[in-house]
Amino acid sequence: MEVVLALVIGVLGGAGVWLILRPRTFQVVMGLVLLSYAVNLFIFSMGSLVIDRPPIVTPGHAASLEHYSDPMPQALVLTAIVIGFATTALFLVVLLASRGFSGTDHVDGVRGDP
Amino acid sequence: MPLVLLLCLPFLGSLITALLPTRARTVHAGVAGAVATVVAGWLISLFPRIRDGEVIRETVQWVPSLGLDLVLRIDGFAWMFAVVVTVIGALVCLYSRYYMSPDDPAARFYALFLAFMGAMLGVVLSGNLLQLVVFWELTSLVSFLLIGYWHHRTDAQRGARMALIVTGIGGLCLFVGVLLLGQIVGSFDFDVVLASGAQVKAHPWYPLTLCLIVLGALTKSAQFPFHFWLPRAMAAPTPVSAYLHSATMVKAGVFLLARFWPVLSGTEWWFWLVGGAGITTLVLGAYVAMFENDLKRVLAYSTISHLGLITLLFGLNSPLAAVAGVFHIMNHATFKASLFMAAGIVDHETGTRDIRRLKGLIHAMPGTGALAMVASAAMAGVPLLNGFLSKEMFLAETVFLSSHPIVEWALPALATLASAFAVVYSLRFGYGIFFGVPSTDLPRTPEEAPRWMRTPIQLLVLVCLAVGVAPALTVGPVLAAAAQPVVGGVLPVYSLAVWHGVTWPLLMSVTALVGGILGYRWLRVRQGRGRYQTTPLLSRWNGRHAFESMLLAATRAARRAIEVLGTRRLQPQLFIVIATAIALAWIAARGFPLAWGDRPRLPATQAFMLLWAVGIVCAVGAAVFAKYHRLVAVSLMGGAGLVTCLTFAWFSAPDLALTQVVVEVVTTTLFLLGLRWLPMRQHDLTLHLTWRDWSRRTRDLVLAITAGSGLAVLSFAFLTRPAPNSISPFFLSNALPGGGGSNVVNVMLVDFRAFDTLGEITVLGAVALSVYALLRRFRPPPESVAQPRQQQALADGQATDLVKPERAGSIAAGYMLVPAVISRLLMPVALVVAAHLFLRGHNEPGGGFTAGLIVAIALLMQYLTSGTRWVETHANVRPARWIAFGLLIGAIAGLGALAFGYPFLTSHTAHLSLPLLGDLHVPSATLFDMAVLAVVVGSTLLILTALAHQSLRTQQASTSPSPVMRSREDA
Repeated sequence: MEVVLALVIGVLGGAGVWLILRPRTFQVVMGLVLLSYAVNLFIFSMGSLVIDRPPIVTPGHAASLEHYSDPMPQALVLTAIVIGFATTALFLVVLLASRGFSGTDHVDGVRGDP
Repeated sequence: MPLVLLLCLPFLGSLITALLPTRARTVHAGVAGAVATVVAGWLISLFPRIRDGEVIRETVQWVPSLGLDLVLRIDGFAWMFAVVVTVIGALVCLYSRYYMSPDDPAARFYALFLAFMGAMLGVVLSGNLLQLVVFWELTSLVSFLLIGYWHHRTDAQRGARMALIVTGIGGLCLFVGVLLLGQIVGSFDFDVVLASGAQVKAHPWYPLTLCLIVLGALTKSAQFPFHFWLPRAMAAPTPVSAYLHSATMVKAGVFLLARFWPVLSGTEWWFWLVGGAGITTLVLGAYVAMFENDLKRVLAYSTISHLGLITLLFGLNSPLAAVAGVFHIMNHATFKASLFMAAGIVDHETGTRDIRRLKGLIHAMPGTGALAMVASAAMAGVPLLNGFLSKEMFLAETVFLSSHPIVEWALPALATLASAFAVVYSLRFGYGIFFGVPSTDLPRTPEEAPRWMRTPIQLLVLVCLAVGVAPALTVGPVLAAAAQPVVGGVLPVYSLAVWHGVTWPLLMSVTALVGGILGYRWLRVRQGRGRYQTTPLLSRWNGRHAFESMLLAATRAARRAIEVLGTRRLQPQLFIVIATAIALAWIAARGFPLAWGDRPRLPATQAFMLLWAVGIVCAVGAAVFAKYHRLVAVSLMGGAGLVTCLTFAWFSAPDLALTQVVVEVVTTTLFLLGLRWLPMRQHDLTLHLTWRDWSRRTRDLVLAITAGSGLAVLSFAFLTRPAPNSISPFFLSNALPGGGGSNVVNVMLVDFRAFDTLGEITVLGAVALSVYALLRRFRPPPESVAQPRQQQALADGQATDLVKPERAGSIAAGYMLVPAVISRLLMPVALVVAAHLFLRGHNEPGGGFTAGLIVAIALLMQYLTSGTRWVETHANVRPARWIAFGLLIGAIAGLGALAFGYPFLTSHTAHLSLPLLGDLHVPSATLFDMAVLAVVVGSTLLILTALAHQSLRTQQASTSPSPVMRSREDA
């Protein structure tokens, strides 16, 4: 499982970086979304990969990391997901405004290389 | 009383005057004068201690960990300087009360004046090198503001800028020099530095340190080749010129030379650097002063020349010369300040400062004239005045110097020549404007200045006379106390007497006087015939031009450097950022190798691998199609998001999975709404990819693959190593007893880390409002304004493909009828699900974020299926109010804890017994979760509806005559 997850994080991150370096604003926004998936998974994996042990305290199980998955990265990622949505929305609108303002969807606001 | 108060009083006074009404000049002058007088009196009362050679020290701890203290150190030399600064300051305050016009903003003037006094006191009383540099820069800054006091005048602006740049650069050099000196000595404390002269001079860094510190001194004291700023600084009001630019600030440079004399002097380097600059400035300044026609500029050049003299005296490496230098600092301050004030009176009363137009003023203003003449005589070095004494000491030093034969011969000759020049310009000032036939064409009819305006000059001239007649009685003890620390403790033998018999220096003085008088007559006759109106030989060479062309060259070079080294293009910037991050990670990995750990691994399952096979295809596909097939890319991105969401669910993170899936829905909807405004693919555009394009793409691909591999390796290392001890067990064990909830993630969000969440929802609200504001000014590109092809295919009279307008009032119709009905039926169900998730959130997966997003989605469904107008005629959605309400109750939930004496956002669980429902635990965190819900609903709706409204706006703009459409949005 670890290999698969690491590979997946790599692929998502690589695809995100590739898109960020593209000249079109839409590509850059998509790249940021993909990159945020990679980063969220990465932070999430800082805890430990466990199956069927959600961090919901149930009677009969001592409240320790042996019985539950790590709640801290989860709390951080939950925040990150919502903030990620907000930034994506902002970027998208800046993209649209820039496109309306400059007449092109190139990241520099001028018709550049294809 | 603590002596630090000495330093604070002027700044305090500055603050007070700044707050007083602008035009109350008498009050301002009173406050400033009182502060100066009090500080001066206090300082003078310290004299008995200073006379005995005591060094008064006081330390205030500032940053003890860095060894930075505020050290006040008063020895004889610092004391002398401080007294000059405060006494002349008090006199100038009195003078400027009458000089400044009632229309000038007096508050600014006196506030800056006092701030300068404080800064200057800071320089001279510093016991720490770094502290000295700070106050040094402060004097430059205040001087800038005072030169530019009449900021509407171009000459004031330019003069101020030039002074700031020159002295500012010098200040930076001084700073570096002081840092080097501190490194050599190992301390920034003055006492330590003063005691380690031999160590400094033997150090290999000595020449560099010396050059930097001397640069600081020369720029501040307007020494050649940096002298050009001082004449330009004469654009300042005359009291400022009298105080800053003759008596005090420009003396800071020579103060520095004197201060470091025991540490840095005594070498060839010192002699040639300091002495060379001194003699050049002495002769050059005096020469130019003879030909200037503006009273203040004559005085400015003479100040430059006299400062050159003092610099030269310190540069001669002789203790006796250093004593003479200290003596001349005092003498120059007295006679030059009085001369500036006299020049100010002449300017004030006649309306001009042009020497050529001023004649015979003695008839109109006998008092001022007499004072100016005595002061000029002191400047010329006439016996029985103080200027004579220090000049005599100077001439003696040039005669008895032992150095290279050429120097031994040239120095006395140049000194005599400069003295003769000094006689000439003194005569032009003190004789030329007061005698002769009175001029009749002056802008104003001259009359005597008010009595109190002349009082400061009278007092200063009195000092000149008293010192000149009976030096040993008046100034003797002060000079001894002041000179002793400069020469390093042991005073050389000197005699302060008016008559020493017929000696070489006396002969030189007489030669200079006679030569000067003859020269003045000769020049007067020539100038009367219209010759020598500008400075011969030197008028072509202009320091200002050199300065400005240098400034221009520096600006050009900077612009060029930005062009070459900087870029405003996003792609190279991002490339560099990512490449740097990778490089840093690689360097870090060399220190801490990325080895795998031995944590027990989970066996991979086929289902999970298959899941991510799909996920990888989605991610790569999104990357490929994002260029030409945006809809495909958005769908694939959603696919990757869903796989991510399933991964969260797989690895025991139900809250994350829930949030991710609803966010995914909202994000995709958002993109779909935005797609409409993006440019279409230009099919007719034939692309010829050049070799450069291919190489750039290859480069980006390599970087992307490197970054991806790096991430993969890094996360694999993390996943296999044993997890470090973290603070997570605390949250696990305290969630139920402390937070009253068993869903640890939710308890963390709304309780343990509630402050963080409050910040987050604030950001969310701010983003939503920014989006709304951005879209209000949105101007769509012209080719996107037209209706989409699908809508263009509609029959006439139909505005939308969603709703038939003729029947919109009754019932939504059209081909979206079925989905519209279904989504309307689903609305209550969605709300119930949201309420369920919200209420159980504290103990089971769910919570405010998820519930809020579900409410938002339920409403968005109505927008999508029934159309914007239909929803807004049927439901009053006010997203901005949701945001405001949420933030408000979030803050109330937090502040409630404060009311009970707990820290902000402390939660409390109330136990209620209700009929029917039984026992109920209501944690106050639920209120906070409610805030999260409200903000999430409001923000999401505001963002998406603002985007949806764009279609309506442009449609109306294209169909209705009025292009301005009132949005139904409520903010």
